[in-house]
Order: sequence, then C-alpha cells, then structure tokens
Amino acid sequence: MIAEGGFRQPLNRVVAPLLMIGAFVGAWEIYARNSSIGDTVLPPFSRVAQAGWADRQSLVANTLPTLREVLVGFAISVLFAFLISILLDVSPRANRAVMPLLIGSQTIPLVVLAPLFVIWFGFGFFPKILLVTLVTFFPIVVGLIDGYASSERDSVTLLRTMGAGTLTVFRLVRLPSAMPGFFTGLRIGVTYAVVAAIFAEYAGAVNGLGVYIQGASGSFRTDLVLAGVLVAATLTLVLYALTVLVQRLAIPWYTQSREVSR
Amino acid sequence: MTKIPAISLRRLSKSFGDLDVLGEMDLDVGRGEFVSILGPSGCGKSTLLSILSGIEEATTGEITIHGTPLNESGQPFAWMPQSDALLPWRTVVDNVGLGYQVAGGLRKREAREQARFLLPAFGLEEFSRALPYQLSGGMRQRVALARTIAQGRDMLLLDEPFGALDAITRTELQLWLEQIWGVERPTVILITHDVREAVLLSDRIYVFSDRPGQIVAEFEVPLERPRTIEMLAGPQATQLELDLLRALHVGSGDTP
Repeated sequence: MIAEGGFRQPLNRVVAPLLMIGAFVGAWEIYARNSSIGDTVLPPFSRVAQAGWADRQSLVANTLPTLREVLVGFAISVLFAFLISILLDVSPRANRAVMPLLIGSQTIPLVVLAPLFVIWFGFGFFPKILLVTLVTFFPIVVGLIDGYASSERDSVTLLRTMGAGTLTVFRLVRLPSAMPGFFTGLRIGVTYAVVAAIFAEYAGAVNGLGVYIQGASGSFRTDLVLAGVLVAATLTLVLYALTVLVQRLAIPWYTQSREVSR
Repeated sequence: MTKIPAISLRRLSKSFGDLDVLGEMDLDVGRGEFVSILGPSGCGKSTLLSILSGIEEATTGEITIHGTPLNESGQPFAWMPQSDALLPWRTVVDNVGLGYQVAGGLRKREAREQARFLLPAFGLEEFSRALPYQLSGGMRQRVALARTIAQGRDMLLLDEPFGALDAITRTELQLWLEQIWGVERPTVILITHDVREAVLLSDRIYVFSDRPGQIVAEFEVPLERPRTIEMLAGPQATQLELDLLRALHVGSGDTP
C-alpha cells in the first residue's frame, strides 16, 4: 500500500525546491556582482540580506500588521465564500443572478480600487481586510461550487432512498465532496492575500510591509525594498505551506488516495 | 399465489417523454423470496429499481407492499446501486454505519457501534478503519452490501452488485451472498445480466426483453439451498441456463 520510494518523497519535497531557490539566488548574486548596473539599482542578494537583517526590527514591526490584515481578511473571505457558495448551490436562480456580479468584482484593477478604499474608508484596518477579502474569496467560491457539483450522483441518490433530506445530503455528501475543491481555492486565494494587503497599504496606511517598501523606495534603498519583497514572498510561502498542511490533516482520504494512484 | 405477495406490481410502465423504458408488466415477489431480473443492457431493469426505491415515479400502474400501496408503506427497500457509492472520506465501519445513521436515525457514533457488530459476518473486521481507496473491488462490494443490510429494511434491491468484478471474485461473492442471505432470508430483487449468477442465487427468475423492457419469460430455479458451485454443473442448472439464454435470444442472431 505504500508507494514505491515513499520514504524518499518527503526528502525530495524539501531538497528539490531548496535547490531551485538556491539556484535563483545564486544567479541573482552573480549577475548583480558582474553586471554594470550599480549596487543601488540592483543590489546582490547578499547585500539585501545584510540590509534586511540590520533593519530587522522595523521589518518585523511592519510585517506583523500585514500578517494580521491577511489572516483576518482571509478568515472573513473563507466564511463569506462558504455562505455564498451554499446559497448559489441551493438556488440555481441565485447562481445565475449573482455569478456575473462576482466575476465582475474580479475584473476591477487593484490599482484603482485600493486608493478608492482609502478615500472611502480611511487609513485604518478596515479597507485592508476588505481588499484582501475581495481578492481571495473568488477562487474559494469557485472551488466550493465545483466541489459540490463533483458529488457522486449515486451517493446522493442512495442517501435520498434512505430518507435523507436536503440538509443531510448536503452535510454528509455534498460538503465533504467539495473539500478538495475548497482547498484548491484556498491555496490559490492565499497566494493573492499578501499581495492584496501590500497593495492596500501602498494606497495609504500607517504601517505594514507596503508602507515599509514604499518608504524604502522613496529613500532610494533598493536593498530594503527587495528585503521587504523577500519577507512578503516568505510570508506567502509559509501561509501556502500551512494551507497544504491543514489540507493533509483535514482530508487525508483525498491526499493519500492521490499519492497511491500516482 | 394465495398469500398476499411482499411486492406486487400491476400494469406498471414507465416512459421518459416519448421513450418507453418499461412496457406494462405484472410482477410478484413473495416474502423471503430471492427473485432475479435478467435482461440485456438498457432494458429498463435499473429503472424498475429506481421506481421501487422511490427515486423515479411510475408512469402508469400500481405497486403494493404486503397489500398496501407503496407510497403509504414508508420506505420498505434498501437499495444497493450499481456503483458501490462508498463515501471516500469514510472508513469501512463508517460507510457501513451510514445505513444505521441515515436510514436508522442514529448518531454517527452509535451507528459506528452498530456497524462494528455487522463487520465480522462480511469478513470486514480487520478492515474496519481502512478507507475505500485501500480496498479491492470485491471488498468494496462487501462494504456496500453491509451498508445495505445496515439500513434495517426487510427488502433488498440489488442493482448488478457484482457487475464490475472479475469472474473469480464475482463467483466467490455470489456464493458468499447466498450464505449471508440464508441467515435471515430477506426479500430480494436482484438485477443482473449474468445468467449463471441468476441461476446460482435465485428462487425465481424473470427474463426481460429489450427496451421497452417487458417480461418475456419466468423460471423457477429447481435447486436446493444452500447452493454450491457443484450444482451449477448439474443437469437441472445447465438446462435452466440454456433455457434462459434462449429466452434472451442469445445465439439466435436476433441480438445485436
């Protein structure tokens, strides 16, 4: 039952991506050191790391608000996605009516929306979580709706012959069936979340990674700009990894069965 | 039949729009009787089960259960679909427990306790915590059958339960089903296109025609219980198999 080479998989999972990241960083370092572009415009990785480390207090102080915006915004997004997906699943009419609006909401450029939110809602926490929610809920809704639809017809019919009502069928078949799709949506959503928060901060905030990057950019500290970007990227990677971990714990039947069939 | 039959269909038919799926038919099943419906693919056999289990409504005719109209009889049937319809996120014991939980109205934990008692008879004791993807096709069918029994109805509707299995596993499961059935002798309607399966398991066999499905022949199976594979080689069984194949027009050039 254990797939061949199963014990090597976790190792490959860590080593292979680390090698890729190493190659990327190495190429960056070599190019930055040997090209005629100045250090102030394209600092090598080593200098970015040094500068970031030296400024770590400020970096951490600005990462925490961003993380908070991401987590709260994402939590609201998941909640909202569940509510709207259930509504759209229960009522095909609602699906037809609401879906274009949802899709439309995804076409508004963030560059336009972020400053508007600041004008409408001020410099505080609220416009940030609003933007994070707006950007991340859509893939989750789509994942859930597709997931409900992937329910086995015979399983639904079987429960009906056993006398189950709509709610029982939803709870015992449709909702669990939707979990793989939900987690796919969650993984896509989480990669947008940090970018969305930074965008919102860029448009106007008192602190956060966006503010940090903007400030560094204003004082021509490209090394610190890139340090902020690296922190944002790391944050996204960690959140993504957490999502994968939660998925493995929440729906082992799905993850394991896919590994066996590979 | 002088007794009131357990299941009785009178002038039953079913059409989907212009498409006649089942022609008018009368069909009776006695209490504790194992009846097979044998027919070519697409002859409406599965539709008949859908009507009985309440998924579809008949276009004409009436169904009575022990003399009472079906729609006043609660749900007398436990249906086993052609696909095993196991829930991939539920362990074996919880898939079986689904019957107790949904049909029996038990809580999930109580259902699991009940299901645990049922597993040994189905040879599933050691697999109680396995997930469906870890099971072979034969095992999955056992789980599905246990779940059908767990619904606690006195009548079973089995829709080609072994159709997707290899010939060896299929024969093993057929013999095993005969044993299981022999314990409590529930009323069973089995849908199949396997002549040998029908002979091995049934008390009586209805042969259906091509669509629209109609009863073209009815046979009593003259074999003792419990059935064994040796009986299949006996003269009565082989003659019956031949009669059934003829009733199905196999080898006459009529079939596509």
